[in-house]
Amino acid sequence: MSKKPKNEILHDHNGDGIDRRGFLECMAWAGTGVLCVMQGGVLKSFSMSRIGKVDAKKMAGELSFVQISDSHMGFNKPANPDVAGTLKAAVDKINGLVTPPEFMLHTGDISHLSKPEEFDNVDQILRGASAKQVFYVPGEHDVLNDDGKQYLERYGKGTKGAGWYSFDNKGVHFMGLVNVLNLKAGGLGTLGHEQLEWMEDDVKHLKSSTPIVVFAHIPLWSVYPEWGWGTEDSAQALAYLKKFGSVTVLNGHIHQTMQKVEGNVTFHTAMSTAFPQPAPGKADSPGPMKVPAEQLRSVLGITEVNHVQGHHALAVVDAPLG
Amino acid sequence: MMKGRRVWIAGLAAAMIAMVLLSAGSPNGAANTQQAAPATVEVKIDNFSFGPATVTVAVGTTVTWINRDDIPHTVVSTDDPKAFKSKVLDTDEKFSYTFAKPGTYPYFCSVHPKMTGTVVVK
Repeated sequence: MSKKPKNEILHDHNGDGIDRRGFLECMAWAGTGVLCVMQGGVLKSFSMSRIGKVDAKKMAGELSFVQISDSHMGFNKPANPDVAGTLKAAVDKINGLVTPPEFMLHTGDISHLSKPEEFDNVDQILRGASAKQVFYVPGEHDVLNDDGKQYLERYGKGTKGAGWYSFDNKGVHFMGLVNVLNLKAGGLGTLGHEQLEWMEDDVKHLKSSTPIVVFAHIPLWSVYPEWGWGTEDSAQALAYLKKFGSVTVLNGHIHQTMQKVEGNVTFHTAMSTAFPQPAPGKADSPGPMKVPAEQLRSVLGITEVNHVQGHHALAVVDAPLG
Repeated sequence: MMKGRRVWIAGLAAAMIAMVLLSAGSPNGAANTQQAAPATVEVKIDNFSFGPATVTVAVGTTVTWINRDDIPHTVVSTDDPKAFKSKVLDTDEKFSYTFAKPGTYPYFCSVHPKMTGTVVVK
């Protein structure tokens, strides 16, 4: 076994026109905010500072929403002793966006220890956002001790199984998946047979031109299996989405931005609003990364997503809190 | 490391026997030798791993896991049905389980399943 797979995200062998240099350029901007736009299979990146000068109408599109992730309410260790404060800063950032988002996706780890008061606190802070509707999927920190019972009671109304669901907005089909339950020793995230069957059925009748957005906590691509940063049965899930011309996969869990484009699928992970984690393999473990206080907000952030009808894919913009 | 512990336990047992012999006149002496001091073994959770990953203990030993990470973990038996299952352990929290029967007990952290360990009870 070669140790090379650690770097697999840095290489693209899919013949989709995204070379290593282009990807790295995109990554390099991530820390300061970046806009990655896919147009006709070509990845274009702009720094956040330029966005004001770029044609705002082109960016806005018909649908704009925001992804936030990994709030870890209740965490109070040195990496960030004030996760409520940084979540509020994320809300301020959302409220300051040029295009007000229609809704938010929260890709899990809402709480740190699944405590009711932690969920309450997040709910209360997010009520301050201009976008009133929040679509959640659970992280492993939200389903501690009770296999997700409390999570389902709070956020699972109208969902299937352990909390998965789909909805449509302006012609885009959204699928919220759960891959943090029934984890097996030594394994990665898991969707499970029942959820996969539901997925297959859910997309069966959709036209292949329907843009698809899939969101789940643990990455649905192999970011770094050594740290559990991947999902065992994601290949099966993606197989059901093969016919679609535009698939955007939004994940959290790894507390840093990463992007990979594979055919018609764009994979993207969001920053946390609570604390950063090290780059794959760059530390002994994936534990919280401690950074100087004045740098903390530059490694936390939100992700803005725009969909322009007729365009090949969605535009995904990462914006740090400070 | 395990050898050292066994030697230590053996030493402890010898010391106890000596004490019992010294107090041979006491009517409870015989009963005390039957209830050898309960052994305890500690497994530290640090850097997303169990240390040591494998511990070998005598029947009746209590294993205590202590979380020294700044992220919560769990200690959950891999067997079906589960031999033991901790609640989530935040930093510095502990979980103990006493192994009454011989066997091999694999376990993992159900939050971070890449973290695995084994308790061998002889």
